[in-house]
Amino acid sequence: MSGVPSNSTRISKRFAELRASGELGIVAYITAGDPSLDATLKFVLALAEAGADVIELGVPFSDPLADGPTIQRASERALKSGTTLAGVLELVRRIRQTSQVPLVLFSYYNPILQMGLEKFASAAASAGADGVLATDLTPEESDDYRRILAAHHLDTIFLGAPTSTDERLAKIAACSSGFLYLISRTGVTGAKDTLPDDLPTLLRRARSVTQLPIAVGFGISLPGHVSVLGGLADAAVVGSALVSEIEKAKSVESGAEALSERVRSLKEAARHGLSRREVAP
Amino acid sequence: MVPLFELERAYEAAKSDAAFQAQFQYLLKNFAGRPTPLQFASRLTAKLGGPRIYLKREDLLHTGAHKINNAIGQGLLALKMGKPRIIAETGAGQHGVASATVAAHLGLECVVYMGTDDMARQALNVSRMRMLGAQVVGVESGSRTLKDAINEAMRDWVTNVRSTHYLLGSVLGAHPYPTMVRDFQAVIGGEAREQILAAEKRLPTHLFACVGGGSNSIGLFHEFLRDAEVKMIGIEAGGRGGQLGEHAARLAAHQGFTGARPGVLHGTYTYVLQNEDGQIATTHSISAGLDYPAIGPEHAWLADQHRAEYSAVSDQAALDAARLLSRTEGIIPALESAHAIAGLVERLSKMSKSDLVILNLSGRGDKDMDTYSRLL
Repeated sequence: MSGVPSNSTRISKRFAELRASGELGIVAYITAGDPSLDATLKFVLALAEAGADVIELGVPFSDPLADGPTIQRASERALKSGTTLAGVLELVRRIRQTSQVPLVLFSYYNPILQMGLEKFASAAASAGADGVLATDLTPEESDDYRRILAAHHLDTIFLGAPTSTDERLAKIAACSSGFLYLISRTGVTGAKDTLPDDLPTLLRRARSVTQLPIAVGFGISLPGHVSVLGGLADAAVVGSALVSEIEKAKSVESGAEALSERVRSLKEAARHGLSRREVAP
Repeated sequence: MVPLFELERAYEAAKSDAAFQAQFQYLLKNFAGRPTPLQFASRLTAKLGGPRIYLKREDLLHTGAHKINNAIGQGLLALKMGKPRIIAETGAGQHGVASATVAAHLGLECVVYMGTDDMARQALNVSRMRMLGAQVVGVESGSRTLKDAINEAMRDWVTNVRSTHYLLGSVLGAHPYPTMVRDFQAVIGGEAREQILAAEKRLPTHLFACVGGGSNSIGLFHEFLRDAEVKMIGIEAGGRGGQLGEHAARLAAHQGFTGARPGVLHGTYTYVLQNEDGQIATTHSISAGLDYPAIGPEHAWLADQHRAEYSAVSDQAALDAARLLSRTEGIIPALESAHAIAGLVERLSKMSKSDLVILNLSGRGDKDMDTYSRLL
């Protein structure tokens, strides 16, 4: 499983840089096509400019099981505007004309399956995507998927959860490349005020089974969360808080500005909070 | 995945746990009212002029449908796993009522997710669940029907997984659900097989059952799978037309129902109604219990193996069949079960008087009286 060669994508390179500088990375999630693919292009460029280390582009799905109300609504808006997986791949190509920010496609499995694994992997790679997270694909069912994506030098990212045993975390990590995505709490996506008390334990358990960089997501929205995660995780994933800004924005331009401000304040906290180098033994 | 492993282990252990099985059998008999009769439908047989027709009377069970069989099994499993809270999705409300009933009986907290469209058309069952102490949560997203109720139940489950068992009501979802629910429902076919052999001294030639997710049909079919001469026919909801969005027929492309392809929904790889981009389609059926875009994976397999046949009947055919059964046998069927009757009626030209039918009357029609009374 881990015999797949490491592809050293833009993702791995960025995490290596973060580790070297001892800085917590910020992974920014937004739903592609919310409210239009043209708007998403502007949002992504603004996020990258503001310092987002990795950008996750959500592929909208009719039945977003793992998502809370904020991202569900974003998914509905994106589908209403006619967004398809093929359209999102075209967006990736447009982003790559001006930005080298690491890009992860965050999708439910069925749209990928319907496009066909080979066609999807080839199109995603040639468009310039770096990795893929298929939310509802389990490691057990992922052999073909990982083989085909790896052949196209795409990272495959899987989700670990607080309920995952050490053995399970090891299996998930062995199927992952680029980074391991740890879910901070049991539940769906959505901003919360506080981080769960058992998060440090979960992070330590994950560290003990993998050398991969670890990004923590679900429920992270505030600079304070980011400060706490410095020294524990390699990156924090912020999603619903950003999607809320897009939902509230009166125009694409003001939305892009709000996203920039959010990411800048998170990056500020990441630079000034405890760094991994200071805490790590 | 870890909660699914935990459930699988608990279920495997329960299979060979004599105390668990004794309690399950006790409740099936004394709480739910098993065994259910296999009734010869003499006037329906005479009226249709074809095969001899027997009805498996799951409608006579406590709460009015076969759903109680599985709810008892999984309710006991929740107790065994030490989970004080159960959640359930429901379409027609029969599984929600069964779950609320079992939860009350076993002293468990119960929350039921139901699409708001379904709450409107199955209002009686909403009241029953609330009377039983369950919390009914309306789901406004998507098509506001069964699919969306499952989405919301799954979101609850991943959030409260440590205290909560998800009492899934059909042969859907990730392993072990399709197998476990089938096993809890297989009592239907087990009884029916013995009963028909006692009554007619031979096996049936045909089995009929409606198929939403597919729990009552797989429950009837399972014990007959080894009897190669028994034809099995699952009847889907043909709704009001063949275009995507007008029906809930996943295995009836041969009749012109479009939009079903293999795909993944709710943790299952099966035939799914969807558009070209892999977005799950909205469905339509007059029957809330059949209004779902995917089908239990074992049915998909039985169809691919040509071991069972599937076809769809329209909303109107189901309504006509409900009236027919009401007036020939004095039984008002659930709209779901009425589809099975309509499927039998539409197949009569291919059958002879020497044929012998068991039709699963999976539920009674009290909950559908609003729909029926508008048509009288």
